[in-house]
Amino acid sequence: MSAQAPSSDKERTTSSEPLDSSLVRDSKRYGDTLFSGISTGSALMIFVILAAVATFLTTQAIPAVTREPGPTGLTAVETAGGFWQWVLPLAFGTVWASVLAMLMAVPLAIGIALFLSHYAPKRVAKTFGYIVDLLAAVPSVVFGLWGVTVLAPALDPFYRWLNDNLSWIYFFNAWVPYGDGGDLRPNLAAGGQNMLTAAMVLALMVIPIITALTREVFLQTPRLHEEASLALGATRWEMIRQAVLPFGTSGIISSSMLGLGRALGETMAVAMILPGKVLISFKLLTFDNPNTIAAYIAQNFPEAEGDGNHQLIAAGLVLFVITLVVNMVARAIIHSRREFSGAN
Amino acid sequence: MKLRAVAALGLTAALALTACGGDAGDEATPTTDETTPEAAETADAGDEGEEDAGDAGSGLSGEFAGMGASSMRVAQDAWTSAFMADNPGVTVSYAAEGSGAGRGGMEDGSVQFAGSDRAFTLEENVAGNFAACTADSIVLDLPVYISPIAVIFNLDGVDNLNLDPATIASIFKGDIAKWNDPAIAAHNEGVELPDEFITIVHRSDNSGTTENFTDYLSQVAGDVWDAEVSGDWPYEGGQPAAQTDGVANAVGSGQGTIGYVDLSAAGDMGTVSIGTDGTYFEATPEAAAQVVENSPVEEGRAEHDLAIALDREADGYPIVLIAYAMACQNYEDQNTADLVKGYLSYISSAEGQDLAAAQAGNAPLSPGLQEQVAAAVDSINA
Repeated sequence: MSAQAPSSDKERTTSSEPLDSSLVRDSKRYGDTLFSGISTGSALMIFVILAAVATFLTTQAIPAVTREPGPTGLTAVETAGGFWQWVLPLAFGTVWASVLAMLMAVPLAIGIALFLSHYAPKRVAKTFGYIVDLLAAVPSVVFGLWGVTVLAPALDPFYRWLNDNLSWIYFFNAWVPYGDGGDLRPNLAAGGQNMLTAAMVLALMVIPIITALTREVFLQTPRLHEEASLALGATRWEMIRQAVLPFGTSGIISSSMLGLGRALGETMAVAMILPGKVLISFKLLTFDNPNTIAAYIAQNFPEAEGDGNHQLIAAGLVLFVITLVVNMVARAIIHSRREFSGAN
Repeated sequence: MKLRAVAALGLTAALALTACGGDAGDEATPTTDETTPEAAETADAGDEGEEDAGDAGSGLSGEFAGMGASSMRVAQDAWTSAFMADNPGVTVSYAAEGSGAGRGGMEDGSVQFAGSDRAFTLEENVAGNFAACTADSIVLDLPVYISPIAVIFNLDGVDNLNLDPATIASIFKGDIAKWNDPAIAAHNEGVELPDEFITIVHRSDNSGTTENFTDYLSQVAGDVWDAEVSGDWPYEGGQPAAQTDGVANAVGSGQGTIGYVDLSAAGDMGTVSIGTDGTYFEATPEAAAQVVENSPVEEGRAEHDLAIALDREADGYPIVLIAYAMACQNYEDQNTADLVKGYLSYISSAEGQDLAAAQAGNAPLSPGLQEQVAAAVDSINA
């Protein structure tokens, strides 16, 4: 394309003399081809990059799956008894942390978005909007640092209380047997560094994304729908339920999926907060948590060599597949709801 | 509208995807004026070797690179910048990419010296194995960085505990669950131990610190510690934390926690003094240097190959990390030999060791060991 530009430029200058109208038409055509070329090229670039990433991941990952790992393989894979036994808990941990984060983030983000679009006075809404957007610009390392040095210790007494008083609730139970006598000791994570804290920080990180997008969608609710609802005697909340939320459903879903994508791939914050192991557990307060794939890779790549690298990259491929599936599901949901949304 | 003017600053986290710092393959560039005989810049280690062209000192110039253990990153950073300040013509770098990478760098010749948390084994250290050296040269393992690994804990009202290796092993294995266990109390008369559960904190990543710590426990408390020694934590229990800082943070912010970190990261947390028969050695740099001094060089090693066979039961603080600087016995060209020699004699000198101790909080080499290292450095040649 870059080679094309100067030559067509010359053409234009030579043909500019004789006729004005032809110049206009020519330059228009020139602009059309140039920009359609650029945009097609950019679109194709996405495919090239994606294909390059997928090829890299696949070729590097294959040895980890197909052949028996040598002495340079990760000890954790050996302990787990094979690649799949090792990567499955990590995949579970990735999804589990993200799902927990979404459970907290989505309702909160919708609430914030509704407040900004339908409840708050204009000026307040604007200031709030800026603050929420600013949150999205905070790097994840900072979230991680804040989570591990401020939030986790602050929540620690609360977690202790939960474990002492509500340990009959499965999720809050943090007691394990030890020794031969069947005595119990707590496996409560020290300093509040547990799955719940990690999920909270993840939730904080995705809230700005979901809020910003859903707010825009809510603002686009047709004024007529809202007024019709109010005219029928609906309260403001009923109006939101009848007009705003149905209209915004697909927007909520797609923004949640964007947020989920960030949560799934989030590395530093999780790596700094979550004491991760290779196991499957739904308990929230213990140090016996599953790690997430991204955090695991970040923590173990520096010391890995040979087969260990292949295994980590294969885990990366699994994460790649998970995000792909999540995105496809989201697409399918949005597509099936398109007729009702009015967004088209 | 005015708010529009407010510019939001987006901070981007520069996750340091550390680029490989080793200048691959490049031997140090030969210089023109390497003939100026000058006194060595290091006070004690006379590095004018017995060889003909051993003329280190301010006449040094050229470029060389090292790679290896991250445990001595701080020390190496201090050494490289001080060495370059003393020798304006010299450029030296150290990429802290891990011990394995450093040893690999000596084997494939991408660096001129390496750092590692363990020495080359006798099987690895044979002539012809190292592209960085001449074909008939072995590599010298030189202990230059000694650092105690402290057992740290966080317990209200207790600053120091005395323990023997077997009790430490039982605690970290998970057999002892409470701080007021009789096994702990037996070593600490007069200390008020709370009725509180112990939370074990260990490294989640593969680490030389873990390997060293578990190696110690399996050597001196083998009846209790029955797991294989490796860089990965062997038992199920305990809270994993990433990197040294993660462990220090988890121990520091928890209650009734215990963990192990490099002494320089222990801060003001309580540390465990270790001993068997009533004499307990506190985790101090001096006590760590003492145990290395009292340990012999591994049997079967070539002269000047100073791989230490750490005697875990010698007098002194026994949990010690020894990081080695690795250099060729013989280099392909004289200038590289002189550069590495100059650098290593600087870092093993009293001056270099004190500088590292001030920056990294490690233990300076004891005078006896320092002499041995100086002699070994002297033998480096082209």
